[in-house]
Amino acid sequence: MLEEAYYQKADEIIEHYGKKAASLIPIMQDIQAEYRYLPGELLTYVAGQIGITEEKAYSVATFYENFSFEQKGKYVVKVCDGTACHVRKSVPILEAFQKELGLSAKKHTSDDMLFTVETVSCLGACGLAPTVMVNEDVHPKMTPEKVQALIQELRGDKK
Amino acid sequence: MGVITIDGRKVNFTNEKNLLEIIRNAGIDLPTLCYQPELSTFGACRLCTVEDDRGRLFASCSEEPRDGMVILTNTDRLRKHRKLIIELLLAAHCQTCLTCEKNGDCKLQQLARRSGQTTIRFENYKEMVPLDFSSPSIVRDPNKCILCGNCVRVCAELQGVGALEFANRGSETMVMPAFDREIGTTHCVNCGQCRVYCPTGAISIVHNFTPVWAALNDPNVRVVAQIAPAVRVAFGQVFGFRSGENVIGKVVAAMHRMGFEEVYDTTFSADLTIMEEAAEFVERVETGGKLPLLTSCCPAWVKFVGENFPEFQDNVSTCRSPQGMLSAVVKEYFRDRKNNPDGRKTIMVSVMPCTAKKMEAKRPNSFTEGQQDTDFVLTTKEMVDMVLSTGVDFDAIEPEAPDIPFGFGSGGGVIFGVSGGVTEAVIRRLVPGNDQHTLNEIAECGVRDGAEESFIREFSIPYNGMDVKICVASGLANARKIMEQVKSGEKEYHLIEIMACRRGCIMGGGQPRLSNIKKGIVRRNGIYAADKETVVKKCNENPMVLSLYDGFLKNREHKLLHNPMFCAK
Amino acid sequence: MINSREALIQTTEAAKATLASYGCRILVCSGTGCIASGSEAVYEEFRKLAKDDHNVVLEFKPHDEAEHDSEVVSDVKNALGVKKTGCQGVCELGPLVRIQKGDDVIQYIKVKPENCEEIFQRSVRQDDVIESLLYHQGEEAFRGPDDIPFIAKQTRIVLENCGKYDAESFDEYLAGGGFTALQKALFEMKPEEVVDEVDKSGLRGRGGGGFPAGRKWKQVARQPEKERFVVCNGDEGDPGAFMDGSVMEGDPYKLIEGMMIAGYACGAENGYIYVRAEYPMSVARLRKAIATLEEVGLLGDDILGTGYNFHMHINRGAGAFVCGEGSALTASIEGNRGMPRVKPPRTVEKGLWAKPTVLNNVETYANVPKIILQGSDWFRSIGTENSTGTKTFSLTGSIQNTGLIEVPMGTTLREIIFDIGGGLKDGGSFKAVQIGGPSGGCLTEQHLDEPLDFESVKKFGAIIGSGGLVVMDDNTCMVEVARFFMSFTQRESCGKCIPCREGTKRMLEILERIVNGDGELQDLDLLEELATMIKSMALCGLGKSAPLPVLSTLRTFRDEYVEHIVNHKCRAKVCAAMRTFHINPEFCKNCGKCMRSCPVGAITGNREVGYTINSKQCIRCGACKENCAFDAIYVEM
Ligand SMILES: Cc1cc2nc3c(=O)[nH]c(=O)nc-3n(C[C@H](O)[C@H](O)[C@H](O)COP(=O)(O)O)c2cc1C
Ligand code: SF4
Ligand code: SF4
Ligand code: SF4
Ligand code: SF4
Ligand code: SF4
Ligand code: SF4
Ligand code: SF4
Ligand code: SF4
Ligand code: FES
Ligand code: FES
Ligand code: FES
Repeated sequence: MLEEAYYQKADEIIEHYGKKAASLIPIMQDIQAEYRYLPGELLTYVAGQIGITEEKAYSVATFYENFSFEQKGKYVVKVCDGTACHVRKSVPILEAFQKELGLSAKKHTSDDMLFTVETVSCLGACGLAPTVMVNEDVHPKMTPEKVQALIQELRGDKK
Repeated sequence: MGVITIDGRKVNFTNEKNLLEIIRNAGIDLPTLCYQPELSTFGACRLCTVEDDRGRLFASCSEEPRDGMVILTNTDRLRKHRKLIIELLLAAHCQTCLTCEKNGDCKLQQLARRSGQTTIRFENYKEMVPLDFSSPSIVRDPNKCILCGNCVRVCAELQGVGALEFANRGSETMVMPAFDREIGTTHCVNCGQCRVYCPTGAISIVHNFTPVWAALNDPNVRVVAQIAPAVRVAFGQVFGFRSGENVIGKVVAAMHRMGFEEVYDTTFSADLTIMEEAAEFVERVETGGKLPLLTSCCPAWVKFVGENFPEFQDNVSTCRSPQGMLSAVVKEYFRDRKNNPDGRKTIMVSVMPCTAKKMEAKRPNSFTEGQQDTDFVLTTKEMVDMVLSTGVDFDAIEPEAPDIPFGFGSGGGVIFGVSGGVTEAVIRRLVPGNDQHTLNEIAECGVRDGAEESFIREFSIPYNGMDVKICVASGLANARKIMEQVKSGEKEYHLIEIMACRRGCIMGGGQPRLSNIKKGIVRRNGIYAADKETVVKKCNENPMVLSLYDGFLKNREHKLLHNPMFCAK
Repeated sequence: MINSREALIQTTEAAKATLASYGCRILVCSGTGCIASGSEAVYEEFRKLAKDDHNVVLEFKPHDEAEHDSEVVSDVKNALGVKKTGCQGVCELGPLVRIQKGDDVIQYIKVKPENCEEIFQRSVRQDDVIESLLYHQGEEAFRGPDDIPFIAKQTRIVLENCGKYDAESFDEYLAGGGFTALQKALFEMKPEEVVDEVDKSGLRGRGGGGFPAGRKWKQVARQPEKERFVVCNGDEGDPGAFMDGSVMEGDPYKLIEGMMIAGYACGAENGYIYVRAEYPMSVARLRKAIATLEEVGLLGDDILGTGYNFHMHINRGAGAFVCGEGSALTASIEGNRGMPRVKPPRTVEKGLWAKPTVLNNVETYANVPKIILQGSDWFRSIGTENSTGTKTFSLTGSIQNTGLIEVPMGTTLREIIFDIGGGLKDGGSFKAVQIGGPSGGCLTEQHLDEPLDFESVKKFGAIIGSGGLVVMDDNTCMVEVARFFMSFTQRESCGKCIPCREGTKRMLEILERIVNGDGELQDLDLLEELATMIKSMALCGLGKSAPLPVLSTLRTFRDEYVEHIVNHKCRAKVCAAMRTFHINPEFCKNCGKCMRSCPVGAITGNREVGYTINSKQCIRCGACKENCAFDAIYVEM
């Protein structure tokens, strides 16, 4: 069971978008933004509140890549593998992150819950390819060498 | 309206909703896996693709017919593309036909053959997932799912339940309940309609015939059975009989051969049901009880009410279903030493068109004296399989009559098999007179379909100086619509009859699959024809019923025939 | 409140006066690219400098109003503005700063916070130019933005405001001529006339299909159902294209104005913008613009007293490329899985919530205000007969100047790549250009002088698409590129229809096999068989176009495929599996360490005869190379 506070937060968000089927995606987005994941219990709760079946809500949530039922790290690193970045060698950058953090194509989040590494197709800064987005900040012209520094920097600002 | 040229032949069309229907009406059975006329058009399998004279390819199931179209359905490239599509499906499929419940009746298998597959050039990339045996009614085998979405649409669009949905995306897409829960723990109402529409073995019926065979071979056990009204018009099709033909006599004979000692007819307890339900209805009307009265013979519907309209729980009739009544009576009958001198254990088997009955039998209120009344529920399909396994020549077997004292029902009991039948039987009970004229009048009061098939029928009949307002509906999505209206006060009725399966039990989840769902009409006509053949039309004229009430049932009506549906809560 | 035409004109005049009154404006590019390179810090630095400077009076409207109250402009002549603008298209040169005094503009590139002080002293307070911060080509320095060849050779209609005006300021949008087109439409034209004008302009959808916008609007306008919607497709899924994002974040008001005109023309009262998930800044700027317009009364009921109502809504994507497809997009707005549906009914008849819906791309709408204002004849004068106007492209890959460009339809590839793009990067030689992203195909040398417009490109088995242009040189492996696009579409397939769900999966498997060195020649036939089937049988555009990159590279670069399969050779030296390890006997000391470190026993030999690597057994792990103390092992591609 989730704590009461989660439901209160959900109520606020539901309130904001209105109790209708079309609110499902924005509500889930805001919940995910709040908790860095989509707690399953809240999904069920939201479905009930906005009057859709739980199956439907689950179906929608699993369709879109951005929703995750597992908690993501404090820093969500999105390595751009869009065309511009790919042709400018984005794959080694992804590999550098994975190597540095002990992650793989299957394991996306580091054990300390600090980092989640994913790929994304184009961040809209192709001119500066290859790029990496950490939470909402875009880092331009990345290289595998810069990866370590970036991770250290992020680790540092935790303290 | 117009003319379309299909493979060089001119074909007239009127108001067909898409090109595929016209092609089919023209006698060409285009391969399809995702098209079902009564569901929304999904357009996912692409097998129905045809070509026009300009070389354009498009899916015929979603193409509007236009006058003057020139269509080719069997060009070289269409054949090649279709074949490759099937190959791709097979490659992502477990291909265990020999042990598959659907073997021989599988659309994928048929299409594999029709398209002439000889090799599969790809390896299955899918991980095997465990089967879902959680439901008493249906088994899900996701490894056999081809993602046609029929079950998803049936459950949501026709049944208003939505227990199955797509999850994930792309090649990881699967069909499942929320959070991949076991279907038995969801609000699935066990109607089995998903299984009817599933083209493959991905959803099948839970089989219970193994313990029945064991009981039949056990000399210390008396195995008795009942056969529901709708079974008789669907059973024969597997053995080459006309769809809709009443073959109850042959089924009884075959079952006797298998070792069923007594084979009763559920039409008998359908009569009991009407006796009780009509009385309950009259009482509620006269004493100001809860109205509308909601029928209780369909377990899927009863579960649906509990899940979705709990505030109407007390409106549901307290009568047990015909299955429940007969099993309770039979068990009680053999509990009596007089009828059971050697003191053998009685196993009660019911043969039903219905997967939900398997759930009903296990419901706590289907117990008497702490014992489960119906020990095993077999669907029509399972009984067909049992007969097939015996090798009995069904065609040649001489019909036998069901056994006495519970083997005789009125016409009112027979029509339980179709939507509206319960209500029509109630009306027969309440309206005096049993001449043909009265019966015709009843049949035409609105309780039956008119020229057009309609799944919601509203009408009223005069009774005791009042206007009794009745609604008959089938398909739970329709039920939901009606209940919402009743809830909001928009509509008022005295009696509502709901059957979960559209057209009623003849189209139940346990029936053999019809090649074309529209043939349901034929089964309905079969039921009405069977009614015509009966001598007694009304339950209260069934001598067996009357003598039961006078004797054995006396003071036991409540114990054996009633049981509030929600007492377990 | 601006509730009449007069009020709008007055506000516009006031805004123009304010704009004209600036002694100097410091325009800091604040597109996603420049922010990534640190333009926020530059902006802050200029603010601080301006604030500390008592000789100038400040104006900070409307940024961060909560934090800094806008200050009173007392001496109008000397007013100084520090502004954030939209992307100018040359993000690689960012952060970009323009110093604008009247008509005179200095364009600085790669500005760091430490440069600001100097710029402020020399170029803001005085009229001096800092040579080192200008754009250079060879020895030549370029002073103004329009002098830079990359920009000078473009024709900017859609992007005209980007870089010139404060992207978030309603006033600056007005001052630059904003909302005059809406005025003209509302007060001087009937809805049908607006539709006609757009129709006559020949404007075709910029989202990929190139369907005539006017025709679409007409179809919606004549539907019997009166409730209608205007939807803007800002999903911009092509990985490697960012034109629409730049418009949404760089000129949000223009997009909204275009949609308002569409709403008026087609009788819709609600507009939706669907923005892809990765564009948080577009969402923020659009939200802000909508809030401002609602506040002043330009969005809402009875706009300018005309009785026209229009409300705007924003939906954020949630990570599904397929939601760029019209019916999937509307499904997503409705809160469903973004699975395309069969047509008919078409979106114009039954779109969003099964109501008639105009669905257009960002760039399509952004063209509308100018068309209304300057007329269809003017618009037709740009571009070609059947493809009028301009098109934005995102120019990336192995090219000297990457960035966002806008050129008239019909411009040749050669002009784009060599005149604007400055030729290939690092003197490489041109091999191909992938146009239209994962739904497109590649054009080669022989197409360099063909005009880029909807029809011609289609002729060559590619599409203009949304406008992604990836330039490739000899260092690009065409097989790998095909694999890359296929892995994208395969991952993004919604999974609904069999050809796409199962077919792209198999195509990807085969392509992976080939780049991993395990391909066989018959794989090429199988690829073609699958590609042709998917192309003709898939349900939606994603599947129908998914095989195009493979088909087009197979057609043009079949020899590269064959090389990979038969010779295990990747001529671009990209595919790691094609590497072979060799021992150079000149350096080898016959120590045998390599043999011991090989995990699969691919190295044989002994101290006497020396060691050799058996290519067939070698799994290319590199262990031997790493362990050789004498650097005797080398890699050949
Ligand atoms: C898979 C797929 C992705 C698409 N993505 C986009 C997109 O990101 N942006 C866009 O404007 N159109 C996209 N389209 C095209 C749209 O379906 C639609 O044609 C377009 O938005 C209509 O606007 P237009 O006529 O102004 O171009 C996509 C189409 C498909 C099939
Ligand atoms: S579902 Fe059909 S094809 Fe699949 S194993 Fe069963 S019979 Fe064979
Ligand atoms: S059909 Fe073929 S595979 Fe099946 S049992 Fe017969 S021989 Fe075996
Ligand atoms: S049995 Fe009925 S309710 Fe259950 S999933 Fe199937 S269709 Fe839905
Ligand atoms: S379970 Fe059956 S009906 Fe449902 S999608 Fe799979 S194959 Fe189709
Ligand atoms: S309608 Fe009949 S077959 Fe269908 S669920 Fe109800 S009782 Fe069973
Ligand atoms: S082509 Fe692909 S994306 Fe489009 S409907 Fe089919 S599976 Fe979905
Ligand atoms: S490790 Fe180097 S030096 Fe030693 S045998 Fe191998 S290649 Fe020669
Ligand atoms: S690269 Fe690895 S597998 Fe190949 S020879 Fe060297 S050590 Fe052995
Ligand atoms: S492709 Fe990476 S930012 Fe556009
Ligand atoms: S029947 Fe038309 S696509 Fe499946
Ligand atoms: S963001 Fe500044 S030029 Fe693109």
